Amino acid sequence: MELLKTLEAIWAARWPILDGIENTLIISSVSIILGTLLGLVVGLLLSYGNLAVRLVVRLYSDFLRGTPVFVLILASFYILAVAGIDLSAFEAGIFALTLFCSSHVGEIVRGALQAIPKGQTDAAKSIGLTFSKTFFSVLLPQALRQILPTWVNTATEIVKASTLLSIIGVVELLLSVQQVISRTFLSLELYFFAGFVFFLMNFAIEKAGRYVERKIAIPT
Amino acid sequence: MRTPILEIKNLHKRFGAVEVLKGIDLTMQQGDVVSLIGSSGSGKTTLLRCVNLLEEYEGGVVAVNGEQIGYTEKSGRRVRRSEKEIARQRAMTGMAFQHFNLFPHMTAIKNVMLGLVKTRGTPKDEAYSIAEKWLKRVGMLDRKDYFPGQISGGQQQRVAIARAIAMNPKLMLFDEVTSALDPELVNEVLAVIKDLAKDGMTMLLVTHEMQFAHDVSSRVVFMEDGRIGEEGPPAQLFKVPKSERLKAFLKSSKF
Repeated sequence: MELLKTLEAIWAARWPILDGIENTLIISSVSIILGTLLGLVVGLLLSYGNLAVRLVVRLYSDFLRGTPVFVLILASFYILAVAGIDLSAFEAGIFALTLFCSSHVGEIVRGALQAIPKGQTDAAKSIGLTFSKTFFSVLLPQALRQILPTWVNTATEIVKASTLLSIIGVVELLLSVQQVISRTFLSLELYFFAGFVFFLMNFAIEKAGRYVERKIAIPT
Repeated sequence: MRTPILEIKNLHKRFGAVEVLKGIDLTMQQGDVVSLIGSSGSGKTTLLRCVNLLEEYEGGVVAVNGEQIGYTEKSGRRVRRSEKEIARQRAMTGMAFQHFNLFPHMTAIKNVMLGLVKTRGTPKDEAYSIAEKWLKRVGMLDRKDYFPGQISGGQQQRVAIARAIAMNPKLMLFDEVTSALDPELVNEVLAVIKDLAKDGMTMLLVTHEMQFAHDVSSRVVFMEDGRIGEEGPPAQLFKVPKSERLKAFLKSSKF
C-alpha cells in the first residue's frame, strides 16, 4: 500500500470527497427522519387500522420489504419520471430510501406495540384516556424504548443503502471516491478509505443509540 | 328514591359462541361494598369489566349513576356512544387490576397524575398535590419517585389503587387485586381496601379471599355459569348457604 500517495490523493480531492460525505449525510438523515415518521404511521395503521386499511398497508410494507433497495431506487428515478413526476436523482434517491425505511420501521413499530401487555391499554382506558391520549402517553413511550436498538440497526442499513444512489448518478461518498480512483488507480486504498468513513458514520450512530438507550432506560 | 350508583339489568355478554353472562341483575347504592365470588369461568371478571366497558356487552343495561355505559338509545335502537363520551364515562369508575398494570415508564406519582392531567385537565401542580394526598393515604408517599419496577407487588398495587381513586370515582372496581401477590404482601393491599370501605367508598370486588369478602362486604354475590347463583349479606351467605353449588364452592375455598 502506498500510504503517502493515498493520503495525497485524498487531500487533493478533499473538497469533492467532503461534498460526497455531505451528500451521504443529507440523504441518510433525511431518509431516516422521513422514513421513521412515515414508518410510525405505517406501524400505527398495521396495529389499529380496520381490515381494509390493514390489508392495503400490509401490501405496501410487504412489497417494499420484498423488493431490493436497488430496484426501488431505479424505479423511483425512471418510473416516476415516466408517470410525469419529475424528481432529480437526489430527490428520487431520498424518496426510495424513505419508502424502504418506512416499511422496516413500520414493522418494528407494529411488533413493539403488539408486545405491550393489553393491561396497559385497560389501565389507560380505566382512567378515562381516549385512544390518542393512550397512544401518546402510554403506548408510544414504551414502544419507542423497545424499538430503539432495532431502529438504530435500520438507520445504519439506510446509510449503507445510500451508496446505491451512485447508480443513478448521485455523487455521494462512494461515487466521489470512485471518481478519485478513476484518476489515481488507487482502488484498494481508496475503497478501504471509503469503507472506513462509512464505518465511522455507523459507529457514531450506534454509539449515539446506545447513549440514548441508557438515558431513557426505565429504572428497575 | 336515590339514583343507584350501579344498576345492571339483564346483562348479556358472549365471547363468540360462548355466552358468559346470561342475564345479570345487580344494583348498588352509595356506600355498598359488593363482593363477587365464584369459581373461575363463572363470569365474575367479565361482569366487572362490563361496568367500565373494557368488555362490550350485547344485551341489557349497565348504568352508573343513572347513565347507561357505552350505549344510548336513538329512536329505539342501541347506538354506541362516541369515543370521547365513553372515555368520560369510564372515568366515573376506577379500577384496580390483578396485575396492577402500572405504567412502567412513569414514576409512582406520575402514574397517579396521568388521569387527572390528561382526562380531567387538572393543572399539573394541583394534580401533583392530589396525587401526593392519595399516595400518602395508601402509605406510598415515600416511594412517589420510584418506578413500578423498583417496588414490590404489594406496593405497586397500592399505587395502582391510588391512581384509580385519585380520579374521585363514583364506584371502585377491584379485579382479583391480591391474586398475583406473594402471600406476605396480600394483607397490606387488603388493609388499604378495608380502609377505603370504612370511609364509605362504593366498591365492587372480584375476590378469592373469602375471609376478606366476609369482613369487608355489605353483600356477597355468588356467581355460577354466567348467572347470579345466590346473594345476600356475608353472614348469611357464608354461614348458611342455600345451594349445593355454593356449599361445595365454599368448602373448596377452605372457608
